[in-house]
Amino acid sequence: MKTFAELGYPGRLIAVEGLDGSGKSTQIYLLKRWLELQGLKVFFSEWNSSELVKSATTKGKKQELLTPTTFSLIHATDFADRYERQLVPLLRAGYVVLCDRYIFTAFARDTVRKCPPAWVRGIYNFAALPDLTFFFKAELEVSLQRILDGRPQLKYFEAGMDMKLSPDPYESFRVFQGRILEQYLAMTTEFHFLVIDANQAIETQQSVVRELVASKLNLAAFTLAKM
Amino acid sequence: MHIKRNAKQHIRVPTYTPKRFYGHGIPGLDVNKLTGKLIVVEGADGSGRSTQISRLVEWFEGSGHATVQVGLKHSTLVSKELDKAKQGNILSHTTLSLFYATDFADQLENSIIPALRAGFMVLADRYIYTLMARDMVRGMDDAWLKNLYGMALEPDAVFYLNVSAEQLVQRNFAKNLTLDYWESGIDLGLSRDWFDCFVQYQALIARQFQRLQTIYGFTIVDGNRSLEEVNADLRCKIEQVLVEK
Repeated sequence: MKTFAELGYPGRLIAVEGLDGSGKSTQIYLLKRWLELQGLKVFFSEWNSSELVKSATTKGKKQELLTPTTFSLIHATDFADRYERQLVPLLRAGYVVLCDRYIFTAFARDTVRKCPPAWVRGIYNFAALPDLTFFFKAELEVSLQRILDGRPQLKYFEAGMDMKLSPDPYESFRVFQGRILEQYLAMTTEFHFLVIDANQAIETQQSVVRELVASKLNLAAFTLAKM
Repeated sequence: MHIKRNAKQHIRVPTYTPKRFYGHGIPGLDVNKLTGKLIVVEGADGSGRSTQISRLVEWFEGSGHATVQVGLKHSTLVSKELDKAKQGNILSHTTLSLFYATDFADQLENSIIPALRAGFMVLADRYIYTLMARDMVRGMDDAWLKNLYGMALEPDAVFYLNVSAEQLVQRNFAKNLTLDYWESGIDLGLSRDWFDCFVQYQALIARQFQRLQTIYGFTIVDGNRSLEEVNADLRCKIEQVLVEK
């Protein structure tokens, strides 16, 4: 697997990964604002957001119809749709594409759900690797607390209830998130994650992120053409 | 078909043969004790697939076997969305391919496997091979498809109804008077003429089926013959499957 830079794309893809409640979405939003305010070509894409696929995913989740296999495949479908219709064309056009979650989310979740890792990776092998992947590493308890404080109504799949880890959604969520964290940590070296200490202040994390982006990408190359 | 009403019927229990997946399989699924038989009928639209299958259902039930029919694109999970996507033709090949795979997996787990576990004869109107052939014609990678469909259960028998492109055209027109967009591969832009497209596309699909045949070893049945001849041939072949060890 190669990165977009290695494949000769003019654009660059930056992904953020981490547990729910790790603060990654806040960080990628601030990164997006920073890049936009510099007048750069930026595009933001979220996991599980393709319109057409979403209706099936929502139905599957609401009615608890999904098995580990269909859960995996439907997310791959969503990803493929966004990848081929949006991400690739924009990367060809020299955009900085920001992804809130990328293939590693699938690798981690599907593996925890006992899908064969080689099968999952095989399915996603049409996708190039991000040029930069930030992994927001927070203490498990901190992430859990952030989610459990703010949104006490946990959804079935989000809490990993389908794995029958515990009849209590909160306990199930804890065990599930703990296992996902293990998967992320196991991938850190292999996929060159840039690990950000997510226990720090938002501003501290953001300055590390911005510094890394500025040092690793030639940002001037992504300037939006004046109309 | 006539069954002697008063004759003392001997209903044969099919020989149990262990099932296996083509590749990685489905997590959490035990393929042991799947006592039913999975029989797949493949072939283009107009190859007589559906007619043959309904005849086989009749024959199976007449012979005392509980039978269930499954087909592509019938899952509760995604079939509606798939229809919508196909109408607008807005999905890329990878997306459409994965969408179909999701639909297939949903049916495999929720219809096919439970029926096999309950000892049913499962007659599948198309299986992974059609999905693979369509994708291969559209340039999807063989290895990628093989991995993806490694989740599929190996059927007890697969019959491919081979019908010449000319016959297919005639049969399609006899039924509909219009050619189907997808069955003619219009999205591939092979020609501006839909008739040419259909003929060329079906030839491309047939070629992929020949390739798949060498890998998956299914039985090619000459579908240019009469309905009765083909059905007799199928029944004869299926009877062997039922007693096979």
